[in-house]
Amino acid sequence: MSGSREKIVVEPERYEFSAGPMHHFELLRRDFFKLLGAGIAVFTMAKESGAMQETAPARGFHAEELPKEINAWLHIGEDGSVTAFTGKVEIGQNIRTSLAQTVADELRVPFESVRMVTADTALTPFDFGTVGSRSTPTMTPQLRRVAAAARDLLVEVAAKEWNVPAEGLKAADAKVTDPASGRSLRYAELALGKTLAQNLPAEDPVTPATEWTVAGKSIPKADARSFVTGKHHYTPDLRPAGLLYGKVLRPPSFDATITSYDEAAAKAMAGVVVVRDGDFVGAAAPSEREAQKALDAIQVKWKETPQISNREIFSYLKKNAAATSEDRFRKQNGSMEEGLAQAAHRLDTTHTISFIAHAPLEPRAAVAQWAGGKLMVWTGTQRPFAVRDELAMVFHVPESNVRVIVPDTGSAYGGKHTSDAALEAARLARAAGRPVRVFWTREEEFSWAYFRPAGVIEIKSGIASDGKLTAWEFHNYNSGISAIETPYVVSNRRIEFHPVPFNMRQGSYRGLAATANVFARETHMDTVARAAQIDPLEFRLKNISDPRLRAVFEAGAKTFGWPRKKTQEGQGFGVGGGTEKGGFVATFAEIAVDRASRAVRVVRVVNAYECGAIVNPDGLLNQVVGAIIQGMGGALFEAIEFENGRITNPHFAQYRVPRFRDVPEIEAVLLDRKDIASAGAGETPMLGIAPAIGNAIFDATGVRLNGLPLAPNGVKT
Amino acid sequence: MPIELEVNGKRYPVHYDPDTPLLFVLRDELGLTGSKYGCGEGQCGACTVLIGGAPRRSCQIPVSAAAAKPITTIEGLEKDGRLHPVQQAFLDAGAFQCAYCTPGMIMSSVGLLQTNPNPSSAEIVQFLQGNVCRCGAHPRIIEAIHQAAKAKQGHGR
Repeated sequence: MSGSREKIVVEPERYEFSAGPMHHFELLRRDFFKLLGAGIAVFTMAKESGAMQETAPARGFHAEELPKEINAWLHIGEDGSVTAFTGKVEIGQNIRTSLAQTVADELRVPFESVRMVTADTALTPFDFGTVGSRSTPTMTPQLRRVAAAARDLLVEVAAKEWNVPAEGLKAADAKVTDPASGRSLRYAELALGKTLAQNLPAEDPVTPATEWTVAGKSIPKADARSFVTGKHHYTPDLRPAGLLYGKVLRPPSFDATITSYDEAAAKAMAGVVVVRDGDFVGAAAPSEREAQKALDAIQVKWKETPQISNREIFSYLKKNAAATSEDRFRKQNGSMEEGLAQAAHRLDTTHTISFIAHAPLEPRAAVAQWAGGKLMVWTGTQRPFAVRDELAMVFHVPESNVRVIVPDTGSAYGGKHTSDAALEAARLARAAGRPVRVFWTREEEFSWAYFRPAGVIEIKSGIASDGKLTAWEFHNYNSGISAIETPYVVSNRRIEFHPVPFNMRQGSYRGLAATANVFARETHMDTVARAAQIDPLEFRLKNISDPRLRAVFEAGAKTFGWPRKKTQEGQGFGVGGGTEKGGFVATFAEIAVDRASRAVRVVRVVNAYECGAIVNPDGLLNQVVGAIIQGMGGALFEAIEFENGRITNPHFAQYRVPRFRDVPEIEAVLLDRKDIASAGAGETPMLGIAPAIGNAIFDATGVRLNGLPLAPNGVKT
Repeated sequence: MPIELEVNGKRYPVHYDPDTPLLFVLRDELGLTGSKYGCGEGQCGACTVLIGGAPRRSCQIPVSAAAAKPITTIEGLEKDGRLHPVQQAFLDAGAFQCAYCTPGMIMSSVGLLQTNPNPSSAEIVQFLQGNVCRCGAHPRIIEAIHQAAKAKQGHGR
């Protein structure tokens, strides 16, 4: 493993990254914020940034801003407590726990003595965002290196104290021991009275997974007790003194602009602050109801534009693909003509992917507070530094005047990359001169957040009489490039992504377009296999060369008992899988279709997953099972409906999400590869469920469903 | 005269409008933020509290209608530093990821066990159908309720 910094690949379907802030406001003054004090502290620099290493140590700890080149840092207090800092956010994926395990493991201290400070732009190293399943593969090695460096520093301090060479000393159980003399000093004793800061280049050697003691174990969620007692404060639970409650007047439809406006009645209300800034209108008041009443009293007229509906979206996407775009992805190998000429069976399929919503149970929220030109914002976002930068840009203040803190959040699933609620709270707070909370309603969350992009996917393939793929052509319109390339061996192939300009807010979703691309590919593969009368699993294995992908298919099949014989009417079995972001997944599903209602019930799922060395087996299990349940919604029934710039199903009563009754028996098969660096698990375990269910429906009914959601109203023939 | 609420054994005067949903009074006026807003429409269960011992969606009940009976919120379950068996079972089973749904799940489960001390999995599923968990912790939640039922029977609580 190299010490180089993470190369960030931004997939084109992360449309929200380039969309710009939702609101633009006017100018403010400059000021600075202070950083955390010293202690025994170690931070590591990116290896290759030589110039940075020369300048950074002089800037030291109390610099106004941490240099972006710092990968990671940690602090050992005089009581031996360890605080490690990461820009990553905790959104239920349990990264706070697994990273603390990693630090404890490498520093040789108990798990309980490590505290992770996460996602605070004033305290934590710069971070691109908690996106793309990068937290484990990038933060784990970085924190291991900084913890290893801190351990070495503690050994040096002890060596100096005893006046012996550091080489013979050992660090274990939160102390440094001299085996020659038997003396030892606890880390707390070594840290006592010191103000020692050391900057170290990132070095590679860290403890291999086979020698982990704290990592690799199932450790319960950090601070779990505060969640079952209701004591944990999510963003909307924060109540700084003098807090006002903000509401934003939403336009009647997307892109609507104000044509007439009268706020007199609202302004006359006691204790209410009303703000109009361009097409942004909001109010802050001592309670949410008063803020809402103020908005209701504003006379406003909007200019609206006619827009297409969900019924026309797929033909729109096909017709409006951008002819040229830098996001366009194109890859060709061999010749499709030759590949199809060699084929004994050929197949064309078209797949459609609906817009879906993330619907995190905690809607977007922010609490903002201005003091002396400095802005402090607490908000549930996956990209605190990007939110800081957007706030600085929109309010025309230096980034150093803006501090963004992300309390552990009521989840996100790729849906909280933007700064919307933060901008709104900050704008209202600036006008009110008091802290303001903005907490979106469920309807706002469904309507004004962004969606997983809709898409059309066209596939053409050919297979030889021996079941080997000879040709593969794949076109994705709008939904994105994640997992767009086939993991199956085929020498003649052509793969293209066609971006489509569209006005609705769309962007990242858990797994990005991999959910769409894997669904389409695995549905097509199944259709080919059945047409050629080959067992669908056997057909896949014939065309797989990657041993890790083969391993998950084989492990899942074994647990599931594939192939299975049908024992009752309406029963069906299906499989789907793939690889993305360093994870490998194979999902097997048993479903039952009700004879009368044609409703689909998922009976049993086996999800086999491999992502290298497992850091926390129980945490991984939770992710791998959770991904199946959440993925069942997009697979079977979730779809955002819209017409003329309005979301027409913005409530849980209309937009169906998986509930207890939908949950099947689920078995997760986790493959632990201690010889392979840990990859993430937040996204890829979700990829196989939709095609596995769709293929099982075909097995049960002979009806091939090529669109997501598969059967919101049952299987229709 | 302000409305008075009895919450977790303590009396609170309420100054918000009498038709304000109980949830907003609990969270914003009384500072009991353990009860969560998830939809405001009685569709997700995140706001569940016990009113007179029965689980109710606090976003759907005007505060004036909640004043007659004692209210228990998630903050009121822990007694003298000891978790309620349902809280303990959720902790032991790791029955959450982001845990935003957890207070509502726990309050609903406490209500369920009061009327049905030893529910079957099917009864749990039926009872919790109105509680949304977006992370997919459902199997562990069911397991936690079974554990809590056992623990309660063992300790006579």
